[in-house]
Amino acid sequence: MKIIKVNEIIEAVEKMCIEANYDLGNDVMLSIQRALKTETSSSGREVLERLIENASIAHEERVPMCQDTGMTIIFVEVGQDLHIEGGMLTEALNEGVRRGYKKGYLRKSVVKDPFERINTEDNTPAIIHYDFVSGDELHITVAPKGAGSENMGALKMCKPSDGLEGVMQFVVDTVERAGGNPCPPIIVGVGVGGIMEKASYLAKKALLREVGVHNKEERLAKIEEKLLERINKLGIGPQGYGGINTALAVNLEVYPTHIAMLPVAVNINCHAARHKEIILKGREY
Amino acid sequence: MTEVVRIETPLTHEKAAQLKSGDNVLLSGVIYTGRDAAHKKMVEALARGEELPFNVKDQIIFFVGPTPPKPGQVIGSAGPTTSYRMDAYSPTLIERGLTGMIGKGLRSAEVVDAMKRYGAVYFGAIGGLGALLAKRIVAAEVIAYPELGPEAVRRLEVKDFPVMVIIDQEGNNLYEIGKAKYRTI
Repeated sequence: MKIIKVNEIIEAVEKMCIEANYDLGNDVMLSIQRALKTETSSSGREVLERLIENASIAHEERVPMCQDTGMTIIFVEVGQDLHIEGGMLTEALNEGVRRGYKKGYLRKSVVKDPFERINTEDNTPAIIHYDFVSGDELHITVAPKGAGSENMGALKMCKPSDGLEGVMQFVVDTVERAGGNPCPPIIVGVGVGGIMEKASYLAKKALLREVGVHNKEERLAKIEEKLLERINKLGIGPQGYGGINTALAVNLEVYPTHIAMLPVAVNINCHAARHKEIILKGREY
Repeated sequence: MTEVVRIETPLTHEKAAQLKSGDNVLLSGVIYTGRDAAHKKMVEALARGEELPFNVKDQIIFFVGPTPPKPGQVIGSAGPTTSYRMDAYSPTLIERGLTGMIGKGLRSAEVVDAMKRYGAVYFGAIGGLGALLAKRIVAAEVIAYPELGPEAVRRLEVKDFPVMVIIDQEGNNLYEIGKAKYRTI
């Protein structure tokens, strides 16, 4: 059995929290640059130009691109032949968040209780999703998620008779209702199938996919394309000032569901679509 | 893009009246920060008959909760937060003389009504532009509710702070106008 020590996990998470908030991914940067070439609205173009400038400042000056450095979402794939040594995995991930948000001068945006709303002062707890896979590696993805876009998400338990068109209309309506709130140009994560929380999980996970990479299944890739086209016809545009680039991508994930169900979840990400990942390899000690 | 309008604060009614939806504005002078928790505290203070931590007459509130400043920085990244969460509180402050708000995103009919009745302007700053906007803030000082951390009320001095007039005093709304112009569905 191979071993990973918790200190290695803590350090990796600390670093990813900081880098995710300082460095916009190349995929997003390239797609904003592509949008700038097609955008017909002058205020839309100005917004996109400033976003590119902002990302450069954040990267060069080592500061967060956005003040909402998010609640920290962590996806973990645990190789089942691994042994984590020196402490609990969940606590190690949270310790990494605690250290990263302090060291990186990131905003602490988590309150301990939804009603009492007292800040935990260290941005913990993180939202952690675990999955078990074969092998002896630990795959960690850190995705800070801001509230502006997260608040615009929605879930609908569609009827099977609503079909593909009903699902697509719900996605488009959700984006339309959101308007300029989630900081367009946005990335739209869509989860269809499973059960209530599974659809929501899929929608969030869909946001981790690189902008421009479609679902591997061609029929689903075509739905993504159609949805993107419909969304960009809404006219919302960059920041909601009007334009033809409301979304940079629509990422769809599906899962088997019940004969009586058709759950659809929409999770919107702002243009500051942040995620970093690392694979830690187990070692013999 | 329209010509740039330069505005020095305080934002008097005369200055606010000249601003039209879609105007590109560079703001300079003193503005204040406030977001969810600070707005709640301010409106609760008024309900108890207490004074606000600053006189809102002819002032602008920027809906922001900045990141902590790094050593040598005036303020951390400081872009706008989504404004609709302040909709429950903004009309009370507008009634007291507030003439400007800076945020992002849609506002309620009640807020727009108050803006029209008492004369106030809603500016949009670009969401997610925190690193760039911080460079246009030349001074920052916490003046109330320090216990709220990033949500504390700050007095900021800004220089050429870029905003866009979203909703003017007549209720013209760039979000509606812009969307209608580019909508093809």
